[in-house]
Amino acid sequence: MSTVLERYAERPQPLSMAQIRRVGFQTIVIREFNRIVRIWSQTILPSGVTATLYFLIFGAVIGSRIGTTDGIGYMLYIAPGLIMQAVILNSYNNVVSSFFGAKFGKHIEELLVSPLPSWIIVSGYVTGGLVRGIMVGVLVSAVTLFFTHLPMAHPVIVVAAAALTSVTFALGGFLNAMFAKNFDQISIIPTFLLTPLIYLGGVFYSISQLPGWARHLSLIDPILYMVNAFRFGFLGLSDVPVAEAFIIMAVAITGLFTAAVLLLDRSSGIRE
Amino acid sequence: MNALSVRGLTKTYHNGVQALKGIDLAVEEGDFFALLGPNGAGKTTLIGIVTSLVRKSGGEASIFGYDIDRQLEAAKSCIGVVPQEINFNMFESPLTIVVNQAGFYGIPRRVARERAEKYLRQLQLWDRRNHASRGLSGGMKRRLMIARALMHEPRLLILDEPTAGVDIEIRRSMWDFLREINQRGTTIILTTHYLEEAETLCRNIAIIDGGRIIERDRMSNLLRRLHTETFVLTLGKPLTEAPQLQPYPVKFIDEITLEVEVSTEENLNDLFARLSALGIEVLSLRNKVNRLEEIFMRLVEKGAAA
Repeated sequence: MSTVLERYAERPQPLSMAQIRRVGFQTIVIREFNRIVRIWSQTILPSGVTATLYFLIFGAVIGSRIGTTDGIGYMLYIAPGLIMQAVILNSYNNVVSSFFGAKFGKHIEELLVSPLPSWIIVSGYVTGGLVRGIMVGVLVSAVTLFFTHLPMAHPVIVVAAAALTSVTFALGGFLNAMFAKNFDQISIIPTFLLTPLIYLGGVFYSISQLPGWARHLSLIDPILYMVNAFRFGFLGLSDVPVAEAFIIMAVAITGLFTAAVLLLDRSSGIRE
Repeated sequence: MNALSVRGLTKTYHNGVQALKGIDLAVEEGDFFALLGPNGAGKTTLIGIVTSLVRKSGGEASIFGYDIDRQLEAAKSCIGVVPQEINFNMFESPLTIVVNQAGFYGIPRRVARERAEKYLRQLQLWDRRNHASRGLSGGMKRRLMIARALMHEPRLLILDEPTAGVDIEIRRSMWDFLREINQRGTTIILTTHYLEEAETLCRNIAIIDGGRIIERDRMSNLLRRLHTETFVLTLGKPLTEAPQLQPYPVKFIDEITLEVEVSTEENLNDLFARLSALGIEVLSLRNKVNRLEEIFMRLVEKGAAA
């Protein structure tokens, strides 16, 4: 009969931290993807239905009476903003509900006791938010094609603006989930902050149509820059300099990611 | 090498409760170690600190030499933990839960699936592998948490009341399984309220009470300290009063039940000779309480009185 030490010698060599981090990250992303697909009627479908209604009401019924904005038909003008709205809300909601659900159900402890560092855990959840944001963005884009053609003037800017905006709001969702103590607190920000900022962020109009004070006020809404960068990618026109939009997103991502990792390290609201 | 080593560990919660008041403890590699204590003694806090679910207020802790302050990731990769409360995603299947858990420790999915089959079969959960976990019975949920904790084949397995609420048949099959895991080289730290479980499985023991270790010894040494045992005798024929069985103190419970106190230095043959001489027929004999339970109660009561 072998001794305890001999049996230890038979054990495989410990895995490198690089492998633990790589496989751990992949596992979180796969788990998030499976969750999105498992509850597709809650995660994917609603945005497709909402976008269809927006195009029917604002595009086909009301839009036909509005005329053109910056020389572009109203249906086509609002299309990038509606796609971006879906990307923002879904990226945010995916992370806030998944992470808060894990906190509430205590299965976040599966990750907290594992050797994965906080930055990998944050990156995994944020990538899950990015995956859902892009999936829904593609769905809403497909819905758009039933109502209008969708030119793509600068494809790289379309992809970059969508991805960076998605990451920004996925990080926002993570922070919301860290602080939330109950389910009410994960719906307050999307309802009372994000939705108004999206509606006032130039989704349905150009800020050049606003009076001076309202135009200046709109410029403090960060979503205005993201929507305009995205619209520039499709239509080649924007109310604000596109470079500013990318700078704002880069700064926001850096700040939010740092805050999320530090908070998870300190485990505010998770560890005692 | 010590699997676990803690020195001067303290924890004071935000509400001011001092859960640990300077714990020193070492658990040797390969041990099957019992950590016992009444509710609120600090067991779960100690485990929480070791597994990084609770932040310590002071002191040091290391796992197989990895300091949890300086080498936390390496320390955590050595530990598998079965917590007291159910903490898996009830909407996921057992197979998904264990395969994902392996992934969090860097185990590739192909290897994880092989291990999942091995552990889910051993713990009799393979037939339920694709069902939602919320539909599992209480015993199955406990076994699922054990399977999950073993997926990365940890060197140290920490079990916080793993058999709470599990029926005796399943509990005993879990004991066999844990013995086998320990014999294969995994160090096990067990907390339990079933003292029979600790006495049956563990070689070493620490008793924690009021945030302090009040006893730390080999199980056999601790049990030897029990100077007397009380046996309950069921008689074949009824008696009307307690018989004289000098030097054994006898208590008359009812006409067919006696309690007899026997020193651990005396043998039971002598007791039975005296009973036979008086024509008393004994149908059955059992310990009044589990031996470890008796010592545990004495130590905890002594601590409370001090």
